[in-house]
Amino acid sequence: MASGVAITGIGMISSIGKNVEENLQSLLAERHGISRVENFHTRQKETIMVGEIKLSNAALIRQLSLPEDNNFTRTALLGACAAKEALASANIQDMQAYRTGLISSTSVGGMDFTERHFYAYLEDSTLHKYITSHDAGDSSHKIAAYLGLQGLVTTISTACSSAANAIMLGARMIRSGKLDRAIVGGTDALSKFTINGFNTLMILSDTYCQPFDQNRKGLNLGEAAAYLVLESDELVKKDNKKVLAYLSGYGNANDAFHQTASSEDGEGAFLAMQKAFRMAGLAPQDIDYINVHGTATPNNDLSEGRAMMRLFGNQVPEFSSTKAFTGHTLAAAAAIEAVYSILALQYQTVFANLHFATPMEEFQLQPQTKTKRQAIQHVLSNSFGFGGNCSTLIFSKA
Amino acid sequence: MKRNVYINGIGAVTAQGVWHEQLLAQAEALNQPISVAQQPSYKELIAPAMIRRMSTGIKMGIYAAQQALDEADIALPDAIITGTGLGCLEDSEKFLKNILDNDEQFLTPTSFIQSTHNTVAAQIALRLRCKSYNFTYVHQSVSFESALLDGLLQLQHNEAQTVLVGACDEISDHTYLLLQTIGYIKANGIRETVKESLSPGVNYAEGTTFFGLSTLHTPQSYAMITDVTIQNDLDKDSIAPFVERFLQENGVERNTIDAVVVGINGDTVFDSYYQQFTDLFPQAPAIYYKHIVGQYDTSSAFGLAVAAQILKDQKTPANLLWNTKQTSAYRHVLLYNQFKGRDHSLILMKSC
Repeated sequence: MASGVAITGIGMISSIGKNVEENLQSLLAERHGISRVENFHTRQKETIMVGEIKLSNAALIRQLSLPEDNNFTRTALLGACAAKEALASANIQDMQAYRTGLISSTSVGGMDFTERHFYAYLEDSTLHKYITSHDAGDSSHKIAAYLGLQGLVTTISTACSSAANAIMLGARMIRSGKLDRAIVGGTDALSKFTINGFNTLMILSDTYCQPFDQNRKGLNLGEAAAYLVLESDELVKKDNKKVLAYLSGYGNANDAFHQTASSEDGEGAFLAMQKAFRMAGLAPQDIDYINVHGTATPNNDLSEGRAMMRLFGNQVPEFSSTKAFTGHTLAAAAAIEAVYSILALQYQTVFANLHFATPMEEFQLQPQTKTKRQAIQHVLSNSFGFGGNCSTLIFSKA
Repeated sequence: MKRNVYINGIGAVTAQGVWHEQLLAQAEALNQPISVAQQPSYKELIAPAMIRRMSTGIKMGIYAAQQALDEADIALPDAIITGTGLGCLEDSEKFLKNILDNDEQFLTPTSFIQSTHNTVAAQIALRLRCKSYNFTYVHQSVSFESALLDGLLQLQHNEAQTVLVGACDEISDHTYLLLQTIGYIKANGIRETVKESLSPGVNYAEGTTFFGLSTLHTPQSYAMITDVTIQNDLDKDSIAPFVERFLQENGVERNTIDAVVVGINGDTVFDSYYQQFTDLFPQAPAIYYKHIVGQYDTSSAFGLAVAAQILKDQKTPANLLWNTKQTSAYRHVLLYNQFKGRDHSLILMKSC
C-alpha cells in the first residue's frame, strides 16, 4: 500500500462525548466517563463501573428525529448518531453519487431489547416490532436506511475486535475497486447480557479500570459507536477532499490458543502487528504512538505487553489505553480508538492512560499517563477479541 | 490480473444429512414448519467432553469445515471466514434465560463464552491451530455472501492461496417460536412443501455449509467462482438493472447464462422477486434448493454447493428443477438470493 486508504470523515458517540469534538476535549482534559449504570436496572449496579452514555433512548430518538413508531434498538440509535456525524464530517450529501458501502460491526446487536421483552413478546403483540431487531445485522440495516444508503451493507462480529475488521474490509473493498466510498466502524450498547457475561468471567473491575497497572482488577464495560469514511484516491483527487489521515496498514491473525483467554506470549497480537507493518511498509521504529487494546484485565495487558516487547524490543514507543476514559466498548472499541488515533495524528498528541500507578512486575513497560504533545507520524492501534481474534490498524498523518 | 478461484471441497450438515455425492438426488422436500439438521457422529472429530458442551451449531460447523478441507486437500487455510445470521443461538438463549429466570444470579460462563457470533470460526481455528485471518459476518441473509466476497477478493488479489469459507445457523426453541409468532415461520400443523406453499411464512430449518476454496485447479475442483455482489435494498423493478450491471462488470452476456439457482422458499409475497429474476433468463432452467434444506439466514450457502455440484456433474437432479426448461451444457450459472425483499445477492459461477 503506497500511502494508504484516505480517511475523509469521522463521527462518534461515547461516554466522554456525544460527538468527536466533545470526545477530543474530554481526552485533552483527562476527563473520563466512567460511572454507575443508570439507564436500566441490573443487580450488578452497585458492584461495577461502566462507560455509559447519559442519554436515554428517547433522547437519542429525538436527536435523530425518528418517527414515533420506530423500532431502533439502542445499538442502532448510537450507530446512527455516529454515522451521521461521520458523513457530515466528510461533507457527503449525495449518497447515490458514488458506489458507497456500509460495513458495520456489533457484538450485542439488539440484545438490549431482547433481554427486556424476551418472554413478554409471547403475550404482547405491541412489542413484536422489536423481535426482528435482535440480530446483529439489524442495526446496520437501520443505519443504512437512515443515511439513505443503497448498496453494499454488511456486518462483522468478531467480539471485541469487530470494528477493526470492519475498517479492514472497507479498505480492501476500496483498494480492489469494489467501492468508491465506505462507511466503516461499529456500535454496541450496554446490556445486562454482556454485563453478566463478563461478570461470570470475573474480569470486571469494581472500580476505575487501570490499564497496564500491576494492581489492575479488570475492565469497565462501556457503550459507544464510531464510524470512519474511507474514500478512494480517485474520489479524493476528483472532489478535492480534505484527508484527515490515512489507513496505511492492517493485519488480522488468530491466537488459536483459547476461546476467551490470550496466549501468554501474545502470539496472535504479534502476528497481527507484524502483518500490519508488512502491509504499511513500515518498521516498528516508525511508530510514534500505540493506542493499545489495554482492557485492564490481568490476562490481556500481560499478553499484549509481551507481544509489544517481542516486536519493539526495548524501544516501545509512547503508548496508552484510552479504555480508562470510555470503558471497553466491545465491538465499537476499535472504531472509537481509530478516531482517537486519527485525533492523535491531527493534534500531534498522545492521550493519557488514566489511573496508572505501578508498573507490572513482568516488564518495565510504562504507559504515558498525561496528555502529551509530541510529533506523531504513525499511530498503531490494537484490538483483540474472544475467539483469539487479533487485529492491528496503522494510521498515518495526512 | 485477477486469479481464478475454484471450489475444491464442500462440506455440509443439513436436514437431509451430511454432504455426499448422492445427497441432492436422494433429497426429499421438507413439509414441516421447522426441520432440524440430521446430525452425524462427532466422535472422530471432537473430544467427548467437548461434544457435551458444544452447541449443535458449533459441532455442525466443525464437521462441515473439516469435510470441506479434507476434500479440498487443505491442511491449514490462509483464511477462515464464516457467516451466521443469528449466531450461536442455543448458548445465547441459555445464558439469557439464566439471567432472566434467576435475576442475574448463579450464572456460569460457559454458555456466555460460546454465545459470541464468531465461536464457530474460532473453534475451527483452535482445532486446527490455525493462526491465519479469521472473520465472521453476521448480516442476515447476506452473512454467507459477505464471507464469500471477502474470501474471493483475497484469493483473486493474491492475498491468500486457500480459504475456508462457510456458514452456520442453528435452531433454538424460543427464537424460532418468536419467528413463528410474527409469521416468518409457518404455523404448527401446516404441511406444505415450497411448491405447495399457500399459507403465510416459510419452512425453516438449520444447517451449515463450508467450502474449501483455492487458486489451484485440481481433479477435485467443482467449479469456479467468478464474482459476488450484495445489496441491502432493491425494489422489484430494479432487479433487471442490478443483474445487468453485475453481468456487464464480469463481461458476461445475459443469454450465456445456462442456468439460474434461486432462493425460492415458498414465501407467497416475496417469491415474486425470484419470478422477476427468472423472467430475465427465458431459456435457462431455474433450480431451487430451499425445499430440501429449509430457510435460515445462511441457507443460501447450500445454494452455492448445489450450483457447484451441477457444474461438476453437468446435470441437475429432477427434484431440484423449479421449471421444465433444459440446457445441454452448464458453463455459466448465476445464483440469486434475497429475503423479504432485502439483502439481495448474486453469485456468478463458471464450469472448469
